[in-house]
Formats: sequence, structure tokens, C-alpha cells
Amino acid sequence: MNLKQTIRHFHYVLTENPVTFFAFFLFGVIILAALFGPWLVPYDPLATNASIALQPPNASHIFGTDQLGRDVFSRVVVATRLDLGIATSAVALAFVVGSALGCMAGFFGGWADRVIGRLSDTIMAFPLFVLAMGIVSALGNSVENIVYATAIINLPFYARVARAETFVRRDAGFVQAARLCGTSDARILTTQVFPNILPPMMIQISLNMGWAILNAAGLSFIGLGVRPPDAEWGIMVAEGASYIISGEWWLVLFPGVALMLCVFCFNLLGDGLRDLVDPLRRN
Amino acid sequence: MQASPFFSINGLSVQFKTRNGIVDALRDVSFSIGKGQVIGVVGESGSGKSVTAYSVLGLLDRVGKISGGTITFDGIPLANAPDKLLKDIRGREISMIFQNPRAALNPIRPIGKQIADVLIEHAQATQATARGKAVEMLRTVKIADPERRYWAYPYELSGGMCQRVVIAMALACNPRLLIADEPTTGLDVITQKATMDLIQTLTQTRDMSVMLITHDLGLAAQYCDHIVVMQQGKVVEAAPVDTLFKHPQHPYTQALITASPGPSSKLADLTPHQSHAETPAQLKVQPKTQRVAEAQNRDLLEVVNLVKAFPTQTSKIARPWKQKNKHAADFLAVNQVSFRIKRGESLGLVGQSGSGKSTTSSIITRLLDPTSGDIIFDGENITQYPAAKFTHLPQRANIQMVFQDPTDSLNPRFSAFDSIAQPLIHLKKLTQRQSLQQKVEQLADWVDLPRALLSRFPHQLSGGQKARVGIARAIAVDPLLLILDEPTSALDVSVQAVILNLLHRLKQQMDISYLFVSHDLNVVRLMCERVIVMNQGQIVEAGPSDQVLSHPQADYTRALVEAIPHFTPNPV
Repeated sequence: MNLKQTIRHFHYVLTENPVTFFAFFLFGVIILAALFGPWLVPYDPLATNASIALQPPNASHIFGTDQLGRDVFSRVVVATRLDLGIATSAVALAFVVGSALGCMAGFFGGWADRVIGRLSDTIMAFPLFVLAMGIVSALGNSVENIVYATAIINLPFYARVARAETFVRRDAGFVQAARLCGTSDARILTTQVFPNILPPMMIQISLNMGWAILNAAGLSFIGLGVRPPDAEWGIMVAEGASYIISGEWWLVLFPGVALMLCVFCFNLLGDGLRDLVDPLRRN
Repeated sequence: MQASPFFSINGLSVQFKTRNGIVDALRDVSFSIGKGQVIGVVGESGSGKSVTAYSVLGLLDRVGKISGGTITFDGIPLANAPDKLLKDIRGREISMIFQNPRAALNPIRPIGKQIADVLIEHAQATQATARGKAVEMLRTVKIADPERRYWAYPYELSGGMCQRVVIAMALACNPRLLIADEPTTGLDVITQKATMDLIQTLTQTRDMSVMLITHDLGLAAQYCDHIVVMQQGKVVEAAPVDTLFKHPQHPYTQALITASPGPSSKLADLTPHQSHAETPAQLKVQPKTQRVAEAQNRDLLEVVNLVKAFPTQTSKIARPWKQKNKHAADFLAVNQVSFRIKRGESLGLVGQSGSGKSTTSSIITRLLDPTSGDIIFDGENITQYPAAKFTHLPQRANIQMVFQDPTDSLNPRFSAFDSIAQPLIHLKKLTQRQSLQQKVEQLADWVDLPRALLSRFPHQLSGGQKARVGIARAIAVDPLLLILDEPTSALDVSVQAVILNLLHRLKQQMDISYLFVSHDLNVVRLMCERVIVMNQGQIVEAGPSDQVLSHPQADYTRALVEAIPHFTPNPV
């Protein structure tokens, strides 16, 4: 019964708004590529073959080949997993830590609020990309550190949204009622308040996801984190950039378009996600 | 009056497109308003009162559509009229006063400027003259010191004053028809009377027609010439005031009149007879033997010299490390309040907004710590426990509360079952699914909530059903004292009548004492044996309800009693 309702609701959200439908469709394609990419692609993304280097898109290599003769299509598809993996784990980390801090700041106020508030102000005072570069170069050039850096620079956004949303619910009737029911503050925060701030957080996640992908790709573009032969959109764009002048546009275009579509999809997804998680829109 | 009425609605139908298909919001609504006439549109929530007003001004949501009928204003057809025409008419010819004055004002623009904007928009004033005219309007609506208040922001004004500003905006261009959509909801009786008197004088002197939308029959009776009763999108009865209240024709009108508590009605009169005959015998709660055995006359609650001071505009937020200036005068929300409640007694706590009644009840509920004073509950001074600690004490179960807003007080993500189960899980440590289920279902039966509704979420329940969930949650742990904070102010009169009867029945069955906080004196009189009247944090009068309300001694109580709009309901 409940599952059936959920499915019906999902169906309604998708059919009501074609943009949402498109976003979810794109999302499905991206997830598919991330999960099964290596088995779907026609060529090994790392296999070099100098004899077919820099071929323009053709029947056997639909996105063409790069300077080492690797199939661009295979590389673009396989890169999905790494890019999405970095972004997802960074956003997950930022969401968990950020919303925990933000909830505490909003709920308890006072010193907790001041300390957490100034902490996030401090992070936001830096140009975020430069901060991420600094963090990666300080921690060491690895994929994990890209995740940490991306998470840290996104943390304040979650903390702020969570703080504001918690703050307006701090004295809501149902919170007072929960106090009367003998519920402790920690419990009220986790079981009463937190579920109610999820809808706006979902939008934040979805907007942030696109941003995190760009960020990860950006760091790779300037040579941090992911290292060459690995397929990653940022590196592919960086490597292809030097060939634009000589007319080999496909090296840059396809990973760039993949990046763009990915960001675009997550931005569109926000509204749809909100409709899904908000019980008030369920009828 | 002319042959063709000044303003008329003929066979108006409005449909809303929702995801569950098309809903008829209005069906064949017809009525007319003559020049200078005041028409009351009365009905409960969902009856289509507001939709009617919005259709007149072309302010319907995008999903709403006028599917039939005509609206004629002074010969001009308004139904489905082009936006340009409506925009011209709105504000200049027909204007509207909204339900929530604070929401109707722009929070970041001085109120005087907002009035000036309206004047300039409709070419009633130029940039140069707008200011003077706006100040003049503020003076007309009796705002003291209008030159200075011209620059005030909405948050600096009280609710009543905001409503005056909205009235000033609505009347600025001398419209010929004023639509007032529940103009006094959220205002207490004294402010309500002042606001309504103001609307009445201003519209009479300008020979303006008024469409007053309200759910309060008393208000409609006092200020209208003619009343239209609506139910589920249809006009069920339309008659002049005298005829309507003396000889209501439609059963719905009769039910509405019966359900409105008047100065002499009894609790049992409020609901139709079959409903309290069904008070099920098998739902009899076992009398709490040990409770009854105790001396009946002992005080359950004794409040002694309760004081709550709030710091006024200190620099505490800006400079947290600074100690508060000891000499700064604090605002005393509750000032030396003392009273007692006996076991099984109901005490009414009455006062207008800002009188300190909510603060008092919060302190007694131990959600808030008093600045000084004692609360002796069941022989124990409970002020010794700070509010934060009290949550975990066994005494918590003895003091429970029913909140004012049934929607706000239920977690939107908890089903009715979860909400009612909360106190049982945390206070009674009832964790077994089966016994929990059993207990919650029993509670649902007690408050007449169909068991099938237990799995629903708050937004899927009606106001009355949400109120029942709130009451079930409060009585779940067998409290000795139940604090009812305006439990029916958000409900329609017919629902209010049923809920009041329910509360009365529960009190007798469970031997609970009530502290009934309300601004509705008629309701308090029905529910409580004794009443205390608060004003500006202090008790101004106390005594048996009948005596206090029929022969008020203090000036403030008298003003309060006189401000209640009356109609004399005839027994049907």
C-alpha cells in the first residue's frame, strides 16, 4: 500500500512536469554510465594506439580519438564514475557534517551558533576555488583530498541552510509538544526537526552536486588530484585544450558537453526532488 | 436604491483544476449589494467566501477559472474581464482588506510610503502631494502622531495598527466597494471592536458599499444590513439581519446559529442533539481511584507571585560577553500573578493579546522558566527544576497542554498515530508495538477520531481532526492538569462546539483540571467555573465566571465584555 502510494506519487511528479521528467531521464543515463560504464564502452579507455591518433569522429570512434589514439567516447563514459564518485562523496560529507553543525547552531543558538556561524563565514571569506587548491596542495595530491577539499568548501552552504531552517522551527508548536512528551533536545533535533528541513536541503544537495562536479573537474584541469592516464573530464578538457588551435575540437567538446549535461541535470533535478520528499505535496 | 443593483453577482461558478480532477469551488452564487449597503458573507472554512472575493477582483490562482455567471459592478462586467481593466478598478473602485494585515504590508517599506504608492498608482496624487495625503489617511484611521508614523515599518506596529494601515491603504482612493476578508481574525475582541467601528464609520461617511467576509455570526449581525450564508460553494440563505437570526430558514444556518456560543447558551445547546446522545458508554474511563480518593478540595496548582521579565532591547545579541545592564528596565510580561486551581476544576484565563496569559501558561507548563515566584503543583514546588530538566522528570506527565494552532503543533512528517504515540513512548516507556497500538486506538476512540485516520499525515486531516489528535496526545499520559491554550480559536464554530463538548466530557471522565486560556469570553463561560482576567501582566479580576462576565467589576473586564459582538440566538 505504502509502496504503491510512493510509486504513484513518483509517477505523478514525473508526468506533471516535463522538465523534471527530462532531468530524471538524464540522471538515469548518468547513473547507468557511472555504474556500468566500463562494460558498456567499445574500447579500453586506457589502451593507446598511436596509429589512429587524433582521428575526427567517425563510424568506429564516434567521438574520435585523442593524441594517444585512445577512444574519446569510451573515456568520456568511463570518466562518469570517477567524476560522480568524487562529487557524491564530497557532497555527502558536506551534507552530513554541514547539516549537523547547522542544526545545532540553529537549535541551541548562543555560543554554538556564534562559533559555527563564524567558522562558516571564515571559510566563505576565501575565494572557494583557491581555498580548495590550497587544501589539496597542503594535504597532498590525491583523489581523497579532492573529496575533502570539495566537502570543506561546500560545508558553509549546508550549515547555513540547515541553521536557517532549524531556527524557524525551533519554537514551532510541534517542538514544544515534543518537549511536553518528555523528548530530549537531541531527540527533538533528530526526529522532529531534521526530517522537516530535508526538502530545502534536497534542493541544496542537487544544486551543490553540479557545482561539486565542476569543482572536481576544475581541480583536475589545473593538474590537482586525478592524474593522467586516468579518464576524467577535467583532465580530458585540459589535455584537449592545446589541440583546439590545430582544429582537433572533439578532444575538448565531448568531455565538456558531458560535464555541462551533468551539471545541468543536477540543477534541474532540485525541484523534482523537493516534490518527491515534501509530504505536503503528497495528496 | 436603483432598479439594477450597484454591484451584483449572478450565477457565479468557479472551478479549480487540481491533481485529483476539477473541483467546484463556487456553484451558482448570486447576490447583490446596493449602494451604501453592508453585506455579510458568512460561512465556515471551505465554503467559498474568499474565493468569491478573489473572483470579483480577478485575483484567483492560476488554477482557478470562472466557468460561468457574471459579476457586474456599476454596469461593468468583471467576470473574466481583461487584466488592464481589473487593474484599473482594483484599488480605485473596489478595494480589499486582507485577513492577515502583516502579510498584506510590505515589510521593508515605511507604511506611509506604501499608502502614497497606492495614491500615485491610481493618479489620486502626485509625488509632491502624496505624502500629505497619506498622512491625512493615517490620521483618518486614527493613528496617533501620523507624521512620525509615516516612516514606521510594519514590524514596529501592533497587529491592530497594521490593520488600520491596511484600511487606510484600501480607502485611500475612495473606492465605492470595499471587500473585507475576515478583517479582524487574529485580533483580540477589543481591537476587533475598534477596527470594525472604524470601518463602519469610514464607510458610512463615504457612502461606501461593503462586503464583509467573516465566520463570526456575531460580528456579521452587528455590522451588516444583509447576510449571505454560504456552504460548500453555494449560497444557502440570504436575508436581512433581523430576519436571518429570528427565522433562519436553512438547516445549515440554524446549525451555525446554534453552534455560536452566546452570553446565555449552555454547552449542550451548541451541538445538535443526536451527537451527544452517542457519548459511548463503553468508553467510560475507569475512575482513577487513587486520585478520587484523595481530598477533592485540595489545591492541585498554586501559583505564587509569578514574575517573568524579558530584557528590553539590550545589547545582549550584539555584545554577548557584556553583562546585561542591571538598571535597564525589564519588560514584565507577567507581574506578580497568583492563583489556585482545585482538583477537577476548570479555571479560565482571559485577556487580550499581550496580556501575559500565554507566558503564564508556558511557565506553568514548564516550557519557560519564571524570573521569580513559585508554582506548587500537587504539593511540590516545581519551579526548583529548571525547564530543561523538567522534560525528563516523571512529573512531566502530570502537566500537559493542548496548543492553539492544531496545524503548527503537529509534526508534518508524523502520522496521527506517531503524534499520539510520542508521549506514551517517552513518558510511559510503552515500547511494545501491540500495547502501543491498543492504547493509541483507545485514545482515538475517546476523542472520537476514526481509527482509520490514524495513519494519515496532518495535512490530510481537517482542522477538527487535527485538534482531536492534539487532545488525544495531551491526555495520553493521564495528566492531572491540562492547559488549553485557545484550543478552538482556529476552528469553525460548529467544530468548536463539538470540541468543547468533547473537552467537557473528557474532564468529567478523567478527572482532569483545566486551565483554559482564551480571549473568547463566551467560550470561557461555558467551560470554566472560575475565571481570572489578565491585563498587562497582572490579574485585574478573578471570580466565578458567571459573576465576572455578567457583572464585571474592573473597567478592563467591562471593556472586554462589551467588545464581544452579540446577536441574540433564538432557540431553534
